[in-house]
Amino acid sequence: MKYSANSVWENSDEYDIAIVGAGHAGCEAALACARLGFRTLLFTISVDSIALMPCNPNIGGSSKGHLVREIDALGGEMGKVIDQTFIQSKMLNQSKGPAVHSLRAQADKANYTRTMRKVLENQENLEIRQMEVTDILTENSKITGVKTYSGTVYPCRAVVLCTGTYLKARCIYGDISSNTGPNGLQAANHLTDSLKALGIKMYRFKTGTPARIDKRSIDFDKMEEQKGDKVVVPFSFTTNPEDVQIDQVSCWLTYTNPKTHEIIKNNLDRSPLYSGKIEGTGPRYCPSIEDKVVKFSDKDRHQVFIEPEGLDTNEMYVGGMSSSLPEDVQYAMYRSVPGLEHAKIVRNAYAIEYDCIDARQLKSTLEFKNIEGLFSGGQFNGSSGYEEAAAQGLIAGINAARKLQGKEGIIIDRSQGYIGVLIDDLVTKESHEPYRMMTSRAEYRLLLRQDNADLRLTKLGHEIGLIDDARYKRLLEKEKLIADEIEREEHTNVGTAKEVQDLLERYHSTPLTSGISLGDLIRRPELSYDALAPIDKERKELPADVAEQVNINIKYEGYIKRQERQVEQFKKLEKKMIPESIDYNEIQSLRIEAKQKLSQIRPASIGQASRISGVSPADISVLLVYLESRR
Amino acid sequence: MKKDTIAAISTGMTNSGIGIVRICGEEAFQIIDKIYKGKEILSQAATHTIHYGHIVDGKETIDEVLVMLMRAPRTFTGEDTVEINCHGGTYVVKRVLETVIKNGARPAEPGEFTKRAFLNGKMDLSQAEAVIDVIHSKSEYALQSSISQLKGNVKKKIKTIRESIIYHTAFIETALDDPEHIDLTGYADQLRSVAVELSKELERLIQSSDSGRIIKDGIQTVIIGKPNAGKSSLLNVLAGKERAIVTDIEGTTRDVLEEQISLNGLTLNMIDTAGIRQTEDIIEKIGVDKAKEYVDKADLILYVVDSSRVLDDNDREIMELLVGRKTIILLNKSDLQTATTKESLREALQNVSGMQKEDVCKMPMIDISAKEEHGLDELENILQEMFLKGEVSFNEEIYITNVRHKSALIEANNSLKKVIDSIDMQMPEDFFSIDLLDAYEALGSITGETIGEDLVNEIFSKFCMGK
Repeated sequence: MKYSANSVWENSDEYDIAIVGAGHAGCEAALACARLGFRTLLFTISVDSIALMPCNPNIGGSSKGHLVREIDALGGEMGKVIDQTFIQSKMLNQSKGPAVHSLRAQADKANYTRTMRKVLENQENLEIRQMEVTDILTENSKITGVKTYSGTVYPCRAVVLCTGTYLKARCIYGDISSNTGPNGLQAANHLTDSLKALGIKMYRFKTGTPARIDKRSIDFDKMEEQKGDKVVVPFSFTTNPEDVQIDQVSCWLTYTNPKTHEIIKNNLDRSPLYSGKIEGTGPRYCPSIEDKVVKFSDKDRHQVFIEPEGLDTNEMYVGGMSSSLPEDVQYAMYRSVPGLEHAKIVRNAYAIEYDCIDARQLKSTLEFKNIEGLFSGGQFNGSSGYEEAAAQGLIAGINAARKLQGKEGIIIDRSQGYIGVLIDDLVTKESHEPYRMMTSRAEYRLLLRQDNADLRLTKLGHEIGLIDDARYKRLLEKEKLIADEIEREEHTNVGTAKEVQDLLERYHSTPLTSGISLGDLIRRPELSYDALAPIDKERKELPADVAEQVNINIKYEGYIKRQERQVEQFKKLEKKMIPESIDYNEIQSLRIEAKQKLSQIRPASIGQASRISGVSPADISVLLVYLESRR
Repeated sequence: MKKDTIAAISTGMTNSGIGIVRICGEEAFQIIDKIYKGKEILSQAATHTIHYGHIVDGKETIDEVLVMLMRAPRTFTGEDTVEINCHGGTYVVKRVLETVIKNGARPAEPGEFTKRAFLNGKMDLSQAEAVIDVIHSKSEYALQSSISQLKGNVKKKIKTIRESIIYHTAFIETALDDPEHIDLTGYADQLRSVAVELSKELERLIQSSDSGRIIKDGIQTVIIGKPNAGKSSLLNVLAGKERAIVTDIEGTTRDVLEEQISLNGLTLNMIDTAGIRQTEDIIEKIGVDKAKEYVDKADLILYVVDSSRVLDDNDREIMELLVGRKTIILLNKSDLQTATTKESLREALQNVSGMQKEDVCKMPMIDISAKEEHGLDELENILQEMFLKGEVSFNEEIYITNVRHKSALIEANNSLKKVIDSIDMQMPEDFFSIDLLDAYEALGSITGETIGEDLVNEIFSKFCMGK
């Protein structure tokens, strides 16, 4: 058979969903689609860079750890993979309240990539294809397929865009710039035009990464060792805690100094960030060392964390010193830091610019408002971070699948999870920098703890179809154990027996003058569920995660109840849905600004509408009145 | 929809003799029982009846009232409604509303009565929209005036408090997001002393509305002048001309005669410094110190000069008080022979140390005769012009007079107290920021700076009472 040279070849293998990009968002999206039974084709520019970690070598951290937990609770993959590939782990904020405890693990990057790739390669319904997607094909604003650089058309019914930082990517340091994606990988230079032609509004964002240094050139004696936790907690609720008690490697802490800062200041004019060579908007929360030195000029030192990139490599990540200064300045700057005097750079620090979208073009389901069947997730949506990407990828994948199932999309609201906060912020609020998850963004964070992500979301995961019956059953059992034990503690009284008073004295707690429930004792700051074990005669041995829930729920009962009341109020507005057909210009009493903003963002609910800046409560009242009148 | 109980003054803040406070919602009857003293228990009384009695706040009796009871569904909103008809002027009506709020209602949002009426099927859309249009058209002005009510110390103070709160919240939050960079060891103690200090300041603000000061909406105007210049007769003429005295209260803490006068729709709170001297029984000497105190608090000064006499030391002492103040000079007794002219007055003013030449040139001077009631129209016109140009505004020196402001301050203070409690209970730091943010938001609702920018509308509550 002979093929014509100029015609478009249509691949006749049948696919339901195409995923564009195989980073952290793309991997979760692809797995979710395939696991929900759809024939899924995952495109990547390089199969060797699947689930690549081109920046920091860790997963989790404050509030990001929550995201990973939630991904896991919904049936995602990230938690499981990092549990198999971490080389150090820490629970951050342990001295603070349970709401802000957060897991962070150092990953063996190569192992992480390899392990995730293996999961993908062995997933039924999922195929991997190394090829650049150049066009999104639609008919009547509905997805019909994608076209690749080779000219081949792949018909499909839904597409999930997870292009990360690859769209028209440009890496820059000093006056050197190259049109490549991260790590010198090939950029995707064609898709942006196709998206623009579909009427999608693009932004240009910027981020950066520090240098990698050869371990053999570092003097660790001049640094402080940072060890992992003695007892490691796994990310995944399915991982057996015994399996993660491994030998861990250390990170190292050192500091910049006035000399470092002087080198930087003297060479600022050679930084593309300051000379205007970079047009993208960078994140405030993750400043380059140049930014830190300029903006916090009163500080005479900044922390620098030296972190291993893996077990089988000598490369070390220089956390806290991302930069786009020229190579010679980078050498001088890094070598001014104690312990790095003889540093050999393996990879330069660089800034990267890329195309992404204004995510307010998306529904809360992560489907484009104006193109049916087109979904997107990850850095393409204007976020930053592996975890944020994975979370969105998972939801975009789930909702692409549900679209084809003819089911309503899944929306996790702000009271259900950090994922909900993340997506709601992205699709509602204007953002001028890559969006990073932060614990302060979650209004109801006392309820959204990393320890109860399974209790919050696994039922939903089961309903979606990503959590099997056995895991679901275990969850129901856990719920019951917790409820029963809380009930028992609240109704078991202890008196002034010597044994009780002795225990209280040991914990410097006021002795009893009359009977009191165990629950009341747990609420004392100096006591806990565990502490009361000796005087709690009826107590049966419970799994540690159950005991933890009992303790937290009793101890912080007052605060938790308060937030639950706030959530009730919040939900009332969240449940008032706005019909997609609404024409805001028709509503006379809305102020012009409100009309514009509402028409632009087209919120799904009154609750979402109320979070749009420029929409006042009076406008919301008008909207309510209008909606009621149409019923 | 929120179904909590709401309350508002439904007559608007006009200077009518009667004010109505409307309470609406499931707890309306419970609330009126708590604050009403009369022959019957109102929650057990028949619907659509009127009852005579008193509104009390604890032991204090606030006003003699008529209370109208209306049970759902035959009411404006379709919900249980109680209307309290008060006698008093603005101040008393506000106190009644405050008492209602203290006992479980919350201030109604703008248009909320209407909204409820609509949602309960008591009104059709066109009616409801008309009401909401009114809210909107007035909103801009109301927001402006509400915020300008806050000029001066109070706004500055609230801003400072907010800045401090947000600073500390941000500090905690940064530490939570970046625990390896910021250490919170020992921080709780530091925060505690900050919170205690802020709470004290809030309490002082809250008290300023309780201290028995009689504050009315209006331009604080002080009449000043040497003995027998004609201050009292001017006041009498102004008051008598419009017959618009709303309240005429011998101040309990101020020892001063204060009258509220409406000129062309502008309300002036006239303070006659003559009143001071009478109570102090000093005839010839000007009570400069006392007068100065009032001048400092005034938005506007009316300086009455006896043009039939030459300027003397008394006048020069008064002129010193005028430095940097908005002043209108009234050359009284234009019916008599002139001994002091505008020119000689300007010259004298320019010799006062610290006085800007420019200010003197701009200072309006009017010939009047209180006796013959001549020149008063010109005074009115000038007043109006100054107000419209924004040269004079309401209550530059401000106490907390607005019920909504007050309940926001109390809310903020309660949140700060929760912070202190949490610190004392050795709660972890992340718990502090929850209450700190609540306090921040509550205070922001006063200055119109809340994150959601919204509660702006609560400010408009004045305009949307009733229908």
